[in-house]
Amino acid sequence: MIEIKDIYKTFGDNEVLKGITATFQTGKNNLIIGGSGSGKTTLLKCIVGLHEPTKGQVFFEDQNFTDMDFTERVPIRTQIGMLFQNSALFDSMTVEENIMFPLNLFTTQSKAEKQERANFCLERVNLKDKNKLYPAELSGGMKKRVGIARALSMQPKFLFVDEPNSGLDPKTSILIDDLINELTAEYEMTTVIVTHDMNSVMGIGDNIIFLHQGQKWWEGSNKDIAHSDNKELNDFVFASKFMQAAKEKL
Amino acid sequence: MFQSLGRYIFLLRLSFKKPEKFSVYWNEVMREMVSVGIGSLGIISIISVFIGAATTIQVAFQLSSPLVPRSIAGSISRDSNILEFSPTISSLVLAGRVGSNFASNIGTMRVTEQIDALEIMGVNAPGYLISPKIIASITMIPMLVIISICLGITGGYIACIITGDITPADYLMGVNEGFDGLTVRVALVKAFVFGFIIASICSYQGFYTKGGALEVGQSATAGVVYSCVWILFADLMITSLML
Repeated sequence: MIEIKDIYKTFGDNEVLKGITATFQTGKNNLIIGGSGSGKTTLLKCIVGLHEPTKGQVFFEDQNFTDMDFTERVPIRTQIGMLFQNSALFDSMTVEENIMFPLNLFTTQSKAEKQERANFCLERVNLKDKNKLYPAELSGGMKKRVGIARALSMQPKFLFVDEPNSGLDPKTSILIDDLINELTAEYEMTTVIVTHDMNSVMGIGDNIIFLHQGQKWWEGSNKDIAHSDNKELNDFVFASKFMQAAKEKL
Repeated sequence: MFQSLGRYIFLLRLSFKKPEKFSVYWNEVMREMVSVGIGSLGIISIISVFIGAATTIQVAFQLSSPLVPRSIAGSISRDSNILEFSPTISSLVLAGRVGSNFASNIGTMRVTEQIDALEIMGVNAPGYLISPKIIASITMIPMLVIISICLGITGGYIACIITGDITPADYLMGVNEGFDGLTVRVALVKAFVFGFIIASICSYQGFYTKGGALEVGQSATAGVVYSCVWILFADLMITSLML
């Protein structure tokens, strides 16, 4: 479980996050949604420590992550997997080397064991036999899957996903969503997903936080969205004619 | 300016923190050594031979008086190569070749979130990315400078054979006359310092890149320009302190 308490983040005079408090449950897909510039990615970066919050605290299973220094954070970081918007695979390494990289640094496993783990992770994301390819040789969807495989390599307790569907076709988007959903349940991870993809919201949103103007505007599950009377949430979720039609059928 | 200096020193301090795993860093050092050393051998060889040859011809032209022994051209050409052309010109060329590579490599990793990915994993990104580049540069650039000195002197010898401005025998006599080991020590100190300047400044520029592809290019350019200016400043300081 991850708890964030009263998170503020300011860049110069621009206050991006304004006192966000939330709890992200274990074994569930916790979605952070909101319009562009609402502070979703900033919040995610504050949680994982890429940004330091101006005020507030982040707890990973009751451990105060915010007050730790870089070295103290390492044991928690080894339990974190993250899938970036553009996958952020290391260009100079093959798929296999990308997945084995955290294992090389933080485990004492033999080369055979690391290779076995890499093969397992690749098989789990349906990318068997792609070990020797470089990121430049992969499609967008394959890069995402390798990113997930790398995130899984250290058997993380916490999975963070930034815009998993950006740049993907609808079919591949659904595949990635389903994969994240399956893995979250299978490994009992606390998964936090930043997205503005409505298919993801309606498909895998166990717990959804809607950000608006840097504040938590609404919280609930995908089942609650259709019945919500929150104007800003409705304007955001049901902005398209397709979603409006879907709402009317519900 | 003071803010940049502070950030630069802070980044260097982070770069030399204890590695998470020595063997992984060692592999990176070896990879960078190959890239800096073997990768730059061709361009360094070419410029060294041509600069050595041109220097010898120019010195021979300037010392056309019958009162000056022709072998002096060999001595002047040797010392010019050792003290200035090989360490300084080679390092300026390496700032372009190696430095821009460092800055664009790290800058691209920054804008494509690869550095964020390292930090999320718990890796000390400056240590993993910058320290191998600095170690590779301060070890390989002095070696390249030694090769450059040898090839520069060889270039002068070839020029003597081709142009006949001085006889090869006179040139070799001049090269062997009055050799002072201090000049080589000065050249190696320069190469070491220049190597550090190239790797640290270009890595710093790359590490703090913000934006996209355009800014990566700007970081690489800034890295090369600042490195060249600091190389010339350090050249003056070392020369005035050691000679």
